[in-house]
Amino acid sequence: MLSKRIIPCLDVRDGRLTKGVKFAGNEDIGDPVATARRYYEEGADEIVFYDITASAEGRGIFLDVVEKVASEIFIPFSVGGGISSVAAMREVLLAGAEKVSVNSAAVLKPELISMGADAFGSQAIVIGMDVLAVPKSQNIPSGYEIVINGGRKKTGLDALSWALQCQRLGAGEICVNSIDADGTKNGYELVITSMIADAVNIPVIASGGCGKPEHIYDAFTKGHAQAAIVASIVHFGEYSIMDCKRYLDQLGVKARMTW
Amino acid sequence: MLAIVDYEAGNQTSVARALKSLGIACLITDSPQTLACADGVIFPGVGAAPQAMRKLEASGIGDILRSIVEKNIPLLGICLGCQILLEESEEGPCKCLGILPGKARKFHDNLRQEDGSAAPVPHMGWNGIRKVGQSRILEGIADNAEFYFVHSYYPEPAEEMVLATTSYGRKFCAIYGRDGLWAAQFHPEKSGRAGLGLLANFNAWCEGKR
Repeated sequence: MLSKRIIPCLDVRDGRLTKGVKFAGNEDIGDPVATARRYYEEGADEIVFYDITASAEGRGIFLDVVEKVASEIFIPFSVGGGISSVAAMREVLLAGAEKVSVNSAAVLKPELISMGADAFGSQAIVIGMDVLAVPKSQNIPSGYEIVINGGRKKTGLDALSWALQCQRLGAGEICVNSIDADGTKNGYELVITSMIADAVNIPVIASGGCGKPEHIYDAFTKGHAQAAIVASIVHFGEYSIMDCKRYLDQLGVKARMTW
Repeated sequence: MLAIVDYEAGNQTSVARALKSLGIACLITDSPQTLACADGVIFPGVGAAPQAMRKLEASGIGDILRSIVEKNIPLLGICLGCQILLEESEEGPCKCLGILPGKARKFHDNLRQEDGSAAPVPHMGWNGIRKVGQSRILEGIADNAEFYFVHSYYPEPAEEMVLATTSYGRKFCAIYGRDGLWAAQFHPEKSGRAGLGLLANFNAWCEGKR
């Protein structure tokens, strides 16, 4: 039986690690390569890197980071942030990533998903979606709307129907990130996560809001996710990845306990 | 020196990086001469069997692999490279290299895991293996050690060749082979310490044969 995955998320700006809260007030908290190595040794099942650099120069630095990471960790890792073409996907996959995560660009150009899946296989294409709770309406029947550009722009897209469209287009996984929960440490947004996980037959990754191991347990049991993104709780040393896994294991959720 | 077969299969650089981290010298090559004089050959693969087979037969690499096995040069197939050592695959369907008896089968739809949850295809993620007897390639690796899998088809070799199984909706073969000729459905290059241990075992076998 598959283990549920715990995935630390590393935000990288100009080659350094940052962790934003609600997409504002980022602070420098370290070297991404050394941190990735540490999480690898501590039992992370996968790692995700987001490039939050705006400049072309920063992009080059980021690709260097990806290559260095690929020589230091021997578990799968994915890369997202600003990927808007098949060429950009190829660039990070060649640098050593297993998967690319596409967010705003897929909303603006859905065929990017099928083009990526055709070129590299569905398993390499993760769709990151930022969701915002809104009143239910005819256009947004799920009550969750897709937002882009780091949460700044509403799209009018219903989160559930977008998830189903992503699956049809060949996405291999869907990462559901709640804008409302992100950075709050009050737990994942379980309603939309389970709604999407129950509707698609590709893995769903819960993202945003993790503050303690109980939240990860909830993401798997109530959110029906296959994987959970963690950030602050491990970045600042409150909990180790092993603490989270031990908690899951004690409650009977299958996690990878030795490595 | 280990040689990694280059047929644009995708994961050859990941394999090379993993070997390098272990201090094992290797090169990525499609040269018949280089492959024929390697101490051991790793045959990786990601993607679809029919396309890979066309490329292997058109380039002559398929024949090189057959002759490598005839000459008893150690060989390790990984993922798609594990499936296409067999006679045929349900993917396509297509004829495969026929180096070892057996076929690659497709996972059925609507599989369920042991806890009743859905088991969608591809089988992707970490899964534990159960060893069947003793083998050099799994020496020092714990029973139940977890490895990283990504695949929609699984190998079904002759039963006596199965070295470990795993389970996803059904029990299937995770690694098979005999001394000096092994094939792993999972990705040792992405399976942390257990995976690196397997690659080190392969290298140790190759060094012993040199």
